[in-house]
Amino acid sequence: MTVLYLKRAIQDILQNRFLNFVTIITISLSILIVSSAILFFINAGQIIALWQKGIRIMAYLKPEMAATALPGLTQDIQALDGVDSVRFISRDEALAELKAQMKRQSFLFENLAENPLPDGFEIRMDPSAQTWKNIEAVAARVEAFEPIAEVEYGQRWLGRFSRIFDLFRLAGYAMGGLFFIATVFIVANTIRLIIYSRREELEITRLVGATDRFIKIPFYIEGLIQGALGAICGLAILFFLFVLLSSNVEEGFFSDLFQIRFLSPGVMLPIVLGSALVGWLGCHLSLKQFLKV
Amino acid sequence: MHGSEKDAIIRMFHVYRYYSARKALCDITLEISKNEFVFISGPSGAGKTTLLKLLYLGERVSEGQVLVDGINLARIPRKRIPFLRRKFGIIFQDYKLIPSKSVFENVALVLEAAGMKSSLIQKKVRGVLRLVNLEDKSNSLPPTLSGGEQQRAAVARAVVGDPQIILADEPTGSLDAASAGVILELLKGIHIRGATVIVATHDEALINQIGGRVLLLKEGRLESAAFVEKQYDSSLS
Ligand SMILES: Nc1ncnc2c1ncn2[C@@H]1O[C@H](COP(=O)(O)OP(=O)(O)OP(=O)(O)O)[C@@H](O)[C@H]1O
Ligand SMILES: [Mg+2]
Repeated sequence: MTVLYLKRAIQDILQNRFLNFVTIITISLSILIVSSAILFFINAGQIIALWQKGIRIMAYLKPEMAATALPGLTQDIQALDGVDSVRFISRDEALAELKAQMKRQSFLFENLAENPLPDGFEIRMDPSAQTWKNIEAVAARVEAFEPIAEVEYGQRWLGRFSRIFDLFRLAGYAMGGLFFIATVFIVANTIRLIIYSRREELEITRLVGATDRFIKIPFYIEGLIQGALGAICGLAILFFLFVLLSSNVEEGFFSDLFQIRFLSPGVMLPIVLGSALVGWLGCHLSLKQFLKV
Repeated sequence: MHGSEKDAIIRMFHVYRYYSARKALCDITLEISKNEFVFISGPSGAGKTTLLKLLYLGERVSEGQVLVDGINLARIPRKRIPFLRRKFGIIFQDYKLIPSKSVFENVALVLEAAGMKSSLIQKKVRGVLRLVNLEDKSNSLPPTLSGGEQQRAAVARAVVGDPQIILADEPTGSLDAASAGVILELLKGIHIRGATVIVATHDEALINQIGGRVLLLKEGRLESAAFVEKQYDSSLS
């Protein structure tokens, strides 16, 4: 029985080649737009995560701070939510590090009468708690401790960027939703046209004793096939463009830092299934209308 | 169990069917027994096709009651309509073959819709196409067939499912005497195997050739019911 339905659905697609072709192309364009957005968000998200991993909070001490308060303060910071490790860096160590980093310009430091750097803590966040909210909260708490003069966490701009990025992502979801609805209607319309062009045949099929189910199932299969094929075409086009573009970008400045990757099967499968669902829904809409008559 | 004259398979009580103001059928009351061979006769426009449509719910009555095999058609739920239709094998006056499907597929559709296994479908369809002499046209599309060939394809589709009731609307309208004879033999054969056969026709020669009860319709009214004996000389009409 299933084979029969499948056969009828495929026959139907072949009989209405042009309509089905146009529908599949339209679906694949929607999928192309939506999945290129997904591709962008996934890669951009990974770049941001990579940057965030390197983030540490520096807390500088007031110069007059007594050395005896040090262990207590270390413990207090360590006890904060989301803090992974706290390391005390004395001003001498800091100077040594700076000198090491700036070997070539070490003459700059040679005539220093006094070390201008403050003592400080290097605070690293627990990777699982490393969101911008947590980083900011920890920074604020540390800044509130009495002996702390100043807190710095490099790439503050990254936080702002990631917030903008979240906004983009929201817009992306909205766009995806709109495309979803639009595509449902496109499929609904094609199926409606197909039903209309075959109303006589469907009427005859009913007169010889076919149930609604018998008539409807091939259309549902058709919708599913249209959706899935559309998604596969869209993803294929995206992959083609991806290969074309990334072969040029690869040589650029990103290449050693970060490898841009195509969508994983774990992402593509839901896209194809989602698109098949769109086909099914579109079909459902027009069949509901058809069967009322 | 067939052939009991008392055992009605179709009953109509005071049935009316209007098309806007026009009465296509007017106060029809009748009974048709199981395994009867009945003619519905009358001039063009008398309401023969309309009467048949009311039986398989191609149309609904405007007033009155129709019972088929004990089922009151006014009360039948939508979901059961396909099962009502499977009791009938219908030869439509305009054939109603699906133009985009081959003769074979058209005939097979009835059995597919009834959920029969495809190996069995193959066998049955081939058999019935042999019966109506259309084996060599089995892969042709209906629009490429002659009128008579289309009519025989329609007959094949009507009988392939071994229905309880055959409704034949002018089943020999497009046929020469020889082909018509083949169709009549077919209808008689299926009647002998227990089916009820209802033939709508204004062809009196056909009626005389077989014989049976004749319900005469005129302008939507049941004018008379008579029993016509089988006659061997069809020129008597
Ligand atoms: N769908 C319809 N809409 C309006 N009028 C209709 C419709 N169907 C049938 N009629 C009218 O009902 C009357 C009976 O039609 P019907 O088709 O039953 O006649 P018939 O006896 O089968 O004629 P014929 O021998 O020519 O086939 C006719 O006057 C016809 O015009
Ligand atoms: Mg008629």
